[in-house]
Amino acid sequence: VCQIGRYFFFFQAEDGIRDFCLSRGLGDVYKRQVSTQSTWGYFMITNFNFLLKKSCRRYFSHGKRYQFAKDIPSHTPRTKMNLFQAINNALDIALQTDDSAVLFGEDVKFGGVFRCSLGLYEKYGIQRVFNTPLSEQGIAAFGIGIASVGATAIAEIQFADYIYPAFDQLVNEAAKYRYRSGNQFSVGGLTVRAPYGAVGHGGHYHSQSPEAFFSHAPGLKVVIPRDCIQAKGLLLASIRDKNPVIFLEPKALYRNAEDEVPTEDYELALHKAEVVQEGKDITLIGYGTQIRVLKEAAKEAEQDGIKCEIIDLQTIYPYDIETLVESVKKTGRCIVSHEAPVTMGVGAEISAALQEKCFLYLEAPITRVCGYDTPFPLAHELVYLPDKWKVYDAIQKTVNY
Amino acid sequence: IYTSKLNFDSVSEKIPTFRVIELKGKVIAKKYDNTDTATLNKIYEKMVQLEEMDMILLQAQRQGRISFYMTALGEQACTVAVAAALNDIDLIYPQYREHGCLIWRGFTIDEFAHQCASNSRDPAKGRQMPVHYTSSKLNFVCVSSPLTTQVPQASGAGYTFKLQELDRIAVAFFGEGASSEGDFHSGMNFAATLGCQTLFLCRNNKYAISTPSDEQFKGDGVASKSQGYGMLTIRCDGNDAIAVYQAVKNAREYIVKNKKPAFIEFMTYRQGDHSTSDHSILYREEEELKSWAQNNPITRLGLYLKKKKYREIDEESDKELRKKYRQETIKALKSAIEEKKPGIHELFNDVYDRQTDNLEEQTKQLREHLDKYQGKYNLKNFEQL
Repeated sequence: VCQIGRYFFFFQAEDGIRDFCLSRGLGDVYKRQVSTQSTWGYFMITNFNFLLKKSCRRYFSHGKRYQFAKDIPSHTPRTKMNLFQAINNALDIALQTDDSAVLFGEDVKFGGVFRCSLGLYEKYGIQRVFNTPLSEQGIAAFGIGIASVGATAIAEIQFADYIYPAFDQLVNEAAKYRYRSGNQFSVGGLTVRAPYGAVGHGGHYHSQSPEAFFSHAPGLKVVIPRDCIQAKGLLLASIRDKNPVIFLEPKALYRNAEDEVPTEDYELALHKAEVVQEGKDITLIGYGTQIRVLKEAAKEAEQDGIKCEIIDLQTIYPYDIETLVESVKKTGRCIVSHEAPVTMGVGAEISAALQEKCFLYLEAPITRVCGYDTPFPLAHELVYLPDKWKVYDAIQKTVNY
Repeated sequence: IYTSKLNFDSVSEKIPTFRVIELKGKVIAKKYDNTDTATLNKIYEKMVQLEEMDMILLQAQRQGRISFYMTALGEQACTVAVAAALNDIDLIYPQYREHGCLIWRGFTIDEFAHQCASNSRDPAKGRQMPVHYTSSKLNFVCVSSPLTTQVPQASGAGYTFKLQELDRIAVAFFGEGASSEGDFHSGMNFAATLGCQTLFLCRNNKYAISTPSDEQFKGDGVASKSQGYGMLTIRCDGNDAIAVYQAVKNAREYIVKNKKPAFIEFMTYRQGDHSTSDHSILYREEEELKSWAQNNPITRLGLYLKKKKYREIDEESDKELRKKYRQETIKALKSAIEEKKPGIHELFNDVYDRQTDNLEEQTKQLREHLDKYQGKYNLKNFEQL
């Protein structure tokens, strides 16, 4: 970007600059030329009442970008953090590097029911870290409003089980904001975070995995980390991504997952599935807490001489089909596994896409090892979950097909 | 404060309606009779433009030339005079009947026509039904069919304006029917508790499609609800352009000065059908329509201007003006309909800021399919890449 008088010239422009100027009523894209090689244009600033405050920094600054956690150099300074501390750290960095960023939801001011926002109100003040009244539809819509004028909104839903009142706002509004306005308005600055998944005693309303509902709304993105380093990097990437993102956090791991997490400002790639473990006999696909289950099942299968390849989707929607295809073409066998009910879940989509692309490479049908088509039970959680024995059994059946 | 009386009571006094001029243009609120005459004349002219444009585009739908339309007949003051009182930079979150604000701010008749014709000149690339206008340049957020969703969004925007210390407010429009939705409750409550620079404007036009307002709520309209949120509340005669202007001007000042939201309920009447898919005579009486026709916002302002000798448009020039707008609209629509539709590739753009792999693949699939089955699809009206 270079400024000559009232005109800002840019080349290879990021939409972010355009969004920023339009949302602040700073002017109009005076001329825009699109070719296959580049996009260029210039803005005429028509309203000088608005200063280009440091909040424009969010469009130019970002953390160190890595594809996967394993790409972060070992000499990078790290500190032991559990999952909620890693998320807290990510939120802290987001608020620090982007002064338009605000964090809000029910009970976030005192630190949040899972401690994810601990200390942030004290550090950034009531205007930027605050409680909202008890209304999920309000929380989502408020966040959409903030993002629609170019600021960063990090909205927290206390449990993913309570996200449904916000469904209309997220699917009918957030997802379609850019498309329906021909890119004149957008809500890229919106990130909605929610704890999801089984926790041992959650029952119907503290255990749900609603990722499939939102993965059917073009315009949204859905991201789920499996561990601490991923959580921090993917959350920062999601917050800074120029599209509305639903970020689901595995609540069972808030305290139970711990790792040496890099303290710097870094982001991990969205839309990239990671091969967590290599193997030649069968591909196991999952995300979030379920990756641990797959690892344990793979350990059992290893004793039978079966080498499993485990892939973490990371971004559920839109997902990285290429990495999955490459793996299934190699192994010829595949299992997809998640806590959410099997019918119409993410596993159904992945199975359909993989058999379309890898049919002749498959030695056995693709199996889904998932929750049953029941509400999430309390007393029966033990047998409801797609645990390591169910996955192990599916591995056996698939390999011996 | 405690009481030993057990009285079941709802509020007994109705909130009065603010009005500056009567039906025949006579001033009854001298204190507020200070709007500059140039503005009032422009409001008059733009209300006329709105009415004439509406009549032509409505006919165009009846003739099958556009697929759908919604008029703002009878409610012109609720939008044109509002926009006149706002700053151009104030961000409007509309429902779907506020194209009067766009007219005030300079949206051209061509731009209206392009959107209604869903052609390639529509900046929104023909993605939505007619009347789903948007203009970031004119600070008018995209219209969306789901009701009331814009209300809490305006709260979020107004909150951001407060944080950024801007002399700018967010304005949410909605009808009295839409105020029954949960989003209204959330939006108002958030704005009040968090202190948002947001103005809430309810067009109480007595009907939500066929549902009259006495089937929508049992309390004192929507204004009584606003009081329940602890918000500054005004009820205003929506067909009195001067009252609308004054109310909005004062509310805006209050909002920016106090960094608190405000609410205005405009009492008005939906003269036309809900939309071209509606046939309102099925559920309302001729007498009611005739009675409200006596309370026409354009006529009232015109009579005021005539009485005060402020008017720049007399009966003759009014006729000419209307004829001019009708002709301009007809011409704009004709050429808009003749334009090409947006290119097929626009189906896949703008879902995200950048194209994703799944969409790239689907673009390719569609292109291959259309190449292979060329004769089966009539694509000559679409812009070719």
